Amino acid sequence: MTETGGREVTFLEAVREAMVQEMRRDPTVFLMGEDIGIYGGAFGVSKGMLDEFGPERVRETPISEAGFTGVATGAALMGMRPIVEIMFLDFITLAMDALVNQAAKMRFMFGGNASIPLVCRAPSGSGTGAAAQHSQSLEAWFINAPGIKVVAPSSAYDAKGLLTTAIRDNNPVLFIEHKLLYRTKGAVPENSYTIPFGKAEVRRQGKDITIIAYSIMAQRALEAATRLAEEGIEAEVVDPRTLKPLDVETIVGSVAKTGRALIVHEAPVTGGFGGELTSAIVESHAFDYLDAPVRRLGGRNIPIPYNRTLERASVPQVEDIVETARALAREGK
Amino acid sequence: MSSPDVQELLDTNSAVVPESLALTLPREKLEWMLGKMCETRYFEEKAEELYTRGLVHGTMHLSIGMEASPIGSIAALEPDDLIVNHHRGHGHTIAKGADITTMMGEFLGKEPGYCRGRGGSMHIVDIAHGNMGATGVVGSGIPIAVGVALALQMKHSAQVVLCFFGDGATNEGAFHESLNLASIWALPVVFICDNNHYGMSMSYRHSMNISKISVRAGAYGIPGFTVDGNNVLAVYQTVKECVDWARAGKGPSLVENLTYRWRGHSKSDRNLYRTPQEIQEWMQRCPIKRFKQLLRDSQIMSEQETETIDQRAKETIDRAAELAVQMPEPTPENMEDEVYAP
Repeated sequence: MTETGGREVTFLEAVREAMVQEMRRDPTVFLMGEDIGIYGGAFGVSKGMLDEFGPERVRETPISEAGFTGVATGAALMGMRPIVEIMFLDFITLAMDALVNQAAKMRFMFGGNASIPLVCRAPSGSGTGAAAQHSQSLEAWFINAPGIKVVAPSSAYDAKGLLTTAIRDNNPVLFIEHKLLYRTKGAVPENSYTIPFGKAEVRRQGKDITIIAYSIMAQRALEAATRLAEEGIEAEVVDPRTLKPLDVETIVGSVAKTGRALIVHEAPVTGGFGGELTSAIVESHAFDYLDAPVRRLGGRNIPIPYNRTLERASVPQVEDIVETARALAREGK
Repeated sequence: MSSPDVQELLDTNSAVVPESLALTLPREKLEWMLGKMCETRYFEEKAEELYTRGLVHGTMHLSIGMEASPIGSIAALEPDDLIVNHHRGHGHTIAKGADITTMMGEFLGKEPGYCRGRGGSMHIVDIAHGNMGATGVVGSGIPIAVGVALALQMKHSAQVVLCFFGDGATNEGAFHESLNLASIWALPVVFICDNNHYGMSMSYRHSMNISKISVRAGAYGIPGFTVDGNNVLAVYQTVKECVDWARAGKGPSLVENLTYRWRGHSKSDRNLYRTPQEIQEWMQRCPIKRFKQLLRDSQIMSEQETETIDQRAKETIDRAAELAVQMPEPTPENMEDEVYAP
């Protein structure tokens, strides 16, 4: 880790800092999206960037996700490095053709004659009372589409380093920013730095159970692990950080050590990334070390509801993780 | 975009081509147009033949009868200008300078083909010649072309991009979003609709409640023209004006080249949605025959001269096909390594 000198910034500021530093470094980098100028973006991520870079590089678009995501793809095809801000991850459904059929396919389909250095940033997740169409976690769809990478950081430090890597990557990258993480603070160096894709972070060491969790769930898993420790259960928390490419080795190594695996994500369990993580574990040598079946804890198979109690109950909370991990840690003993 | 210039251009009926236009163009240009139209026709007839002989794995989308639209349009470009293509894009690819053998190789799925056999005839890309690739999803190339134009503008380039699509694509949201974006940013792109009358089987007369697609330009504050798309010189003249307009920084425009596809949408098409009479009528308006006739009537070329160009094109295609058939097949190892750029 780079020395931070005690400097702390929010996740949101870390995202902005990565964009600002890359835009200063590389004139081909520019930001596109809705209300990103004077308004500063729906969540304020791009606040102040218009003043420094002007309207050409902080390019506000009409409400037309399919159009401007396709435009970003074309600009990337020409060697520009666009960052597209999709106001809510939910709205990426409008840009699926541009991302999945076009951007993700072009390199392979064109026989290696093109590359699309495009970053698509999108705020995800529930917890803000925004209901079913502004609260989703759609990472699994993109993980199943060859040609696009998927990143889901859980801390300010990772957000800055991984976004910097994403902007310098020569491929389309979906960069998922959980809304509830925006205001969380963490140690972040002022200087620019990168974090390689495909390297998981072991956030907490433990011997009794491995909890694999990303984005907001990595934070909740850490909180759960602290509570579990009070009960004498030592959980190891592995945060994959990038979902595609995925660091299977670190995950499998941890599970082989603890013999128990709990996977946590906010997206609905059915068809979620947890199934893929489960397969990665059971298809590996870690299978021989399992003392209990692999467990998945994910969102319920419902659209996210509006009411605070219902919303909270629809995705894993810290107490759910504690409860499931506790049961799993005792299973087979 | 409310300058009097725009109004002037909007009011111009560019579909009327002065008879003398052919006389004012350099002979090489006219030879090039005829040669490329003939190459396109022979390429597609050869594609059909190879398909019938069982040498083609996939499908194909033929543009026989539509050749004047891509060739007349691309004739209006400088060599370093760019195009974004659609699935029925053999003529565009040839006009943009593709090597015919490499193109035929891709059609046959061969390793030395333009996409190393990964894309097929629907996805030919030839960046060295300014062909930025073709998408097979109707309308999806339009925002990509706008992005290409945005990059050109941001790089302060003098280049222009031609964005090709069919009549069917103009009912897609991508078309409308793209024209709007290109217009508000005054991007150097010319939108060219190869209106061949049918989006697969649905006539444009049924798929929209307007008689001219070009009027859609008005909704985005840009000039729009409908042109006799089987008259290569009419296409050339109109697109040239639009290219000059874009190069001067005045923004995008829309050209509708009214033409007709003689063959079905793809190989599965049994032409149940149109009459043989209609096809026959349009075959009478063959863009190649018409252009040859015009060249002879204007006494620019003799019959022997036009037929020499025609024959040379046929030989080019025959030779390319012979070579392409013998090209090596790709092998399936390590395909995963090609998905991501290093």
